[in-house]
Amino acid sequence: MYRETLVIALREIRRNVMRSFLTILGIIIGVSAVITMVTIGSGTTAKVTADISKLGSNLLTIRPGQMRGPGGASAGAEPFKYEDVKAIASEISMLEAVAPSSSATAVAVYGNENWSTTVMGTNNEYFKARDWNIPNGRQFADGELRSGKAVCIVGETVRRELFGGQDPVGSTIRIQKISCQVIGVLEAKGHSSFGSDQDDVVLMPLQTFQRRIAGSQDINRIYVSVEEDISTETAERDITLLLRERRRISPNEEENFSVMDMKDVAATLTGVTQVLTALLSAIAAVSLLVGGIGIMNIMLVSVTERTREIGIRLAIGALEQEVLTQFLVEAVVLSSFGGIFGIILAVIASFGLTRVLGVPYIMDPGIILIAFLFSAAVGVIFGYLPARKAARLNPIDALRYE
Amino acid sequence: MNTDTPGQAGKGKRPPLIELRGVTKVYGTGQATVHALRGLDLFVEDGDFVAAMGPSGSGKSTCMNIVGCLDTPTEGGYLFRGVEVGRLSRDEQARLRRHYIGFVFQGFNLLGRTTALENVELPLLYRRTPVAERHNLAREALEAVGLTGFEKHTPAELSGGQQQRVAIARAIVTKPALILADEPTGNLDSALSREIMDLLTTFNRNLGITIVMVTHEADMAAYARRIVRFTDGLVEPDGKDGRKGGEP
Repeated sequence: MYRETLVIALREIRRNVMRSFLTILGIIIGVSAVITMVTIGSGTTAKVTADISKLGSNLLTIRPGQMRGPGGASAGAEPFKYEDVKAIASEISMLEAVAPSSSATAVAVYGNENWSTTVMGTNNEYFKARDWNIPNGRQFADGELRSGKAVCIVGETVRRELFGGQDPVGSTIRIQKISCQVIGVLEAKGHSSFGSDQDDVVLMPLQTFQRRIAGSQDINRIYVSVEEDISTETAERDITLLLRERRRISPNEEENFSVMDMKDVAATLTGVTQVLTALLSAIAAVSLLVGGIGIMNIMLVSVTERTREIGIRLAIGALEQEVLTQFLVEAVVLSSFGGIFGIILAVIASFGLTRVLGVPYIMDPGIILIAFLFSAAVGVIFGYLPARKAARLNPIDALRYE
Repeated sequence: MNTDTPGQAGKGKRPPLIELRGVTKVYGTGQATVHALRGLDLFVEDGDFVAAMGPSGSGKSTCMNIVGCLDTPTEGGYLFRGVEVGRLSRDEQARLRRHYIGFVFQGFNLLGRTTALENVELPLLYRRTPVAERHNLAREALEAVGLTGFEKHTPAELSGGQQQRVAIARAIVTKPALILADEPTGNLDSALSREIMDLLTTFNRNLGITIVMVTHEADMAAYARRIVRFTDGLVEPDGKDGRKGGEP
């Protein structure tokens, strides 16, 4: 009996292929939109998490001024001095690396090529703090750091723009008025979650930068990486206390510097992504509702069209329950088809979209199952009313219906 | 509900197949009230072949619907083999139809775009007959109405006479106790009508299936053993109810 009911349902759907397809279009769109949104959402979350960890694990960034969101202005506050960096390194334990940094925008020239980039003065601690390798070339030598020699390490973007296919190590580039020998190329890191190109950078010894480019002893940023297993919260608190003391901030005053924990940033960004995903999925789910109403509509039409058939079945001895089941099964089969097509469409669409957006393709089987069950449930909910209408028909009237 | 195969001719001791006592049927309320039946008595014994005749509006169709358990009387009693149908639920009435009654309609009422075989199988489907048996019984029924070879044809591919024969096959496939035929030849010419009537007569004689038929045509009614005439919601006494009529 169940097999026959299913066969009848499939036959009815096949008889009106075009109508059936249009009926389930709403379900197809709803299911595929929800799955695609969730997939892109979890891909984005994964990418953000990966990006943040690429910035360096357990990384704290210290800047002068109060932070107002990622990349917020820090104007008006006194910059750090190299002594602050030394104090942090010596007085706070459990730190893996403490790197000073000072940067400016400058044009780098090689031959006929020129490229506007960020020039940053730092030391070898920076590579440790940011967990950044130099696959081609070397770090700064101690002598170069001490004497402020004109040497530099270029990021992948700078290498590409200035040198194209050439190996830049040993060549000399010009930055403002100084000629600078390239001693290494940084490993490519790609775009950060804030959208900036991390590879668009030229690194030189801090001394060289301060003396020949900036003309001051200022340090704009201090990167601190905390040892594994040590909580960044502890380090953050200790650094804050130390810097408050050094910058003579009275207890009731607000800090004129900020310590930013990359983990917090990651959590914030992930949270934002998840909220956005949920919101978009909810909007997509509305189309499932609309799709359900479409199914109800067409099932009501179908019941009217098949009034005589229902009359015959009832006269022959079909129970109310059996007629109800028949129409309910038909609605569920319809909506399940919508679910299946929606899932197929979603797999294709989210695969393509994650490629385009450059986020990892993470398909959660759970969401596929939920989407499918939900589409079947839509069939039950919206198919019930028409099915009940069919089952409650008076056989005499139904048989007379033209 | 017992499911033993009915259809054998009555032994005389069991209650009559159909027993209508003082049946009235009123449609509508107030000004629009229609008295379709006005206290009708009718008895039909097992194995009988009854033709119901009468003008339109005389209550034939209403009476057929009540006899077919598709409708219930407003007042009075309808006993189908001793069972008070009016007291049965909608589903119980459906089960009664499923197991004891076959219908043949004027408009054939076959399922469209469904093969002859599947149409004939339909009542067996609701009886939960196993697939193999269903096919066999349906084939036999089609053979009995002379439609072997037309199993895969849909109603649209069959002539009117063939369609009505499929409908008869559908009615007899369950070997019911009663076949209700509502103007079975109304849409057919006289040659085809005779074929249909011959078939019904055969099943009445050979299988002992009781047949109650509504017709307008006297020559079709002539096939029946007994003719009841309807006028204004009553039947004219034909003497054959007399021996039971007086009993309580």
